[in-house]
Amino acid sequence: MTDGLSPEDNFMRKIEAGEKIEPKDWMPEAYRKNLIRQISQHAHSEVIGMQPEGNWITRAPSLRRKAVLLSKVQDEGGHGLYLYSATETLGISREELISALQDGSAKYASIFNYPSQTWADVGAIGWLVDGAAIVNQVSLQRTSYGPYARAMIRICKEESFHQRQGYEIMLVLAQGSPEQHAMAQDALNRFYWPSLMMFGPHDAESAHSARSMQWKIKRETNDDLRQKFVDQTAQQIEVLGLEHPDKDLRWNEARGHYDFGALDWDEFYNVINGNGYANRQRIEHHVQAHEEGAWVRAAMQAYRDKQRVRQQTTTQVAA
Amino acid sequence: MSQQTLDLYEVFIRARRGLDHKHVGSLHAEDPEQALEYARDVYTRRSEGVSIWVVRSAAISASQEDDSASFFDPSDDKPYRHATYYKLPQAVDSM
Repeated sequence: MTDGLSPEDNFMRKIEAGEKIEPKDWMPEAYRKNLIRQISQHAHSEVIGMQPEGNWITRAPSLRRKAVLLSKVQDEGGHGLYLYSATETLGISREELISALQDGSAKYASIFNYPSQTWADVGAIGWLVDGAAIVNQVSLQRTSYGPYARAMIRICKEESFHQRQGYEIMLVLAQGSPEQHAMAQDALNRFYWPSLMMFGPHDAESAHSARSMQWKIKRETNDDLRQKFVDQTAQQIEVLGLEHPDKDLRWNEARGHYDFGALDWDEFYNVINGNGYANRQRIEHHVQAHEEGAWVRAAMQAYRDKQRVRQQTTTQVAA
Repeated sequence: MSQQTLDLYEVFIRARRGLDHKHVGSLHAEDPEQALEYARDVYTRRSEGVSIWVVRSAAISASQEDDSASFFDPSDDKPYRHATYYKLPQAVDSM
């Protein structure tokens, strides 16, 4: 079946033919490592991302908004689960993944280190942060690793309401009282640029981009995905009747895309390296929640041990 | 040996690389290896798949269809989990 190809060549043949790599296939160690890094980072982002929004569940302005937000945050937890499970097919345990998050050796999307200060921030997060995530995830539905691709398909399907509920919040505020309008504008101003940074550094500076593209782990470059997001967001801002935070935004007829202003990369690296507004708080909260849940894990373990002993005893008696 | 003494296995087939394994049926076999070979012989005679999973039927825990009304009840009254629930202006509705 492999026509006498070496494992390496056979692997590359599948990649080039656009076939998926499945858990039991031979794969280069660096491919496996690269995937563990990317998928677990994605999983951590889903889970840490529950915090800024969870912060507003008890203060949502109506029962409807509260139910919607609760549902969205619940989805993010589920998405974390899909992605951790996909990562575990690569031969790493959940425990190792969690401790890498908690000791800072694994990253998560830096956007979640920004605080959610007002109700409008909840709208901006759903619309812009989930919007940017969807652009990235739609592209990843074609990633070369089967379990990751299938998790992405499921997540994209579920995610479709997240962006729309966020935009709806923004729409109501933007058309509301002058104070509400100002609140929407302020949230847009604060979340617009960090959302663009979610796509990562420029391709030339991205540490993992080239090889990830070659292995088809990533299917489109950071800059191409960012452009897509800038293009789709421009009209959405217009419909809201808000002012665009980027004063350099211009439609470029020749390119068929918007040209846009420079991003503050110092800020990006500063936040990635732990100095964002909420980095420490996010991890501390995760550690605390994990420790508070320890007794549940211990109880389940004790129950399992007890069942085993009981089963052994029954077998011995029967024998 | 009567067939009742053999374990029942559920068979799952991946039609093409990249797709999920999908349940196709079941068969009796002595052990997992034999179940795989039987599954190949019975369920993939026309190149239906590129990979087979077999699982002892006894190892599957299933929800009860008779109880499905109450079992799935928690998601019945949450239409807001669907994208179509949110009415947006025409210009941005493709979001």
